[in-house]
Amino acid sequence: MEVILIFISASIVNNFVLSYFLGICPFVGVSNKTESALNMGLATTFVMTLTAAITWPVWTYVLVNFNIPFLQYVAFIIVIAALVQFVEMFIRKSSPHLYRALGIYLPLITTNCAVLGLALFMVLREYNYIESIFFGFGTGVGFTLAILMMSGIREELEFADVPEVFKGISITLIVAGMMALAFMGFAGLIRG
Amino acid sequence: MANNNYNLWHEFKKGLWQELPPFRLILGMCPTLAVTNSVINGVAMGLATSFVLLSANISVSLIRKIVPSQVRIATYVVVIALYVTVADLFLAAMFPPISKALGPYVPLIVVNCIILGRAEGFAQKNPLTPSIMDALGIGLGFTLSLALMGGIREIFGFGSILDIKLLGEWFEPWIVMILPAGAFFVFGFLVALTNYLSKRKAAAPSGH
Repeated sequence: MEVILIFISASIVNNFVLSYFLGICPFVGVSNKTESALNMGLATTFVMTLTAAITWPVWTYVLVNFNIPFLQYVAFIIVIAALVQFVEMFIRKSSPHLYRALGIYLPLITTNCAVLGLALFMVLREYNYIESIFFGFGTGVGFTLAILMMSGIREELEFADVPEVFKGISITLIVAGMMALAFMGFAGLIRG
Repeated sequence: MANNNYNLWHEFKKGLWQELPPFRLILGMCPTLAVTNSVINGVAMGLATSFVLLSANISVSLIRKIVPSQVRIATYVVVIALYVTVADLFLAAMFPPISKALGPYVPLIVVNCIILGRAEGFAQKNPLTPSIMDALGIGLGFTLSLALMGGIREIFGFGSILDIKLLGEWFEPWIVMILPAGAFFVFGFLVALTNYLSKRKAAAPSGH
């Protein structure tokens, strides 16, 4: 029951993009086409779940165990960068088709602040291993949901009569603000 | 340290308008949106980022000829992560309330694209002095942008600036301004404003 709550909380109620402002760069940058938004979302979800699964043991058994928590940021960023590189090599070997579809999005995930943010929040909230994995997966699903919805709206926006200076990033951010307001409606779903 | 090949003043100045990080380059959006619910938080975040940016630019510029290009990004990220750790521990020791308010957004400076962007785009190709000027300019531009965002959101959201009440009792605070949605709205409008200003500038080049 607890893990389901964590999953719903991470994916909908406390959506990383819309309430913590993490992962805004790909959210704005890759959301102009639905197909690429979906690919980006899936790749990120995959990496996020793996990140949670790997940084948790690194934190618990290495950093805390040897009493070197101040190396947290360095350790986490190295884990994430290595993980993304590894996933990229693995996908290239095992499924060239998927590799072509994900293409340039994979390396970009390293600098997605939602991935590092996920690892930091996981430590702050003292989740156990199973909870961490659900938290990582839920965060990825939430990211996919947000970027997919945004891409749908932006495809429609192409035909809208937007004032010249608001075109591009500006109108995207204002739409994101409206989405954030709408997502606040879910706040009552879970306490805390 | 006079270096005639570089216009140092230009390297400094470009960070203030031409390459103003959040509004012109659309980089470093996460902290711009996340910590700007008051002026003081925005300024603290801006200064912490500037410190990391300056240190990273100095280090990258100094080691630029030693690092093989295949591993340069990884090297820069580790260098940045070390300075972020320094900034984080410093804030926690000297200014505990601010460190608490910024929370996990201080460690997230590691993945702030501005810093990696400057290391990759500027410091690795330029000697020490221009790199320092570049970092100072971009850092100042970033800090001012965050202070502006924080100011707008604080005055509408709480009716105050730097905790000093400016608007009287009659003012009903706009709660939306301190919520996530308000950050998106303010940022969206400021980007539109910079678009407008730069268009007008381009239309009248003889002006200033």
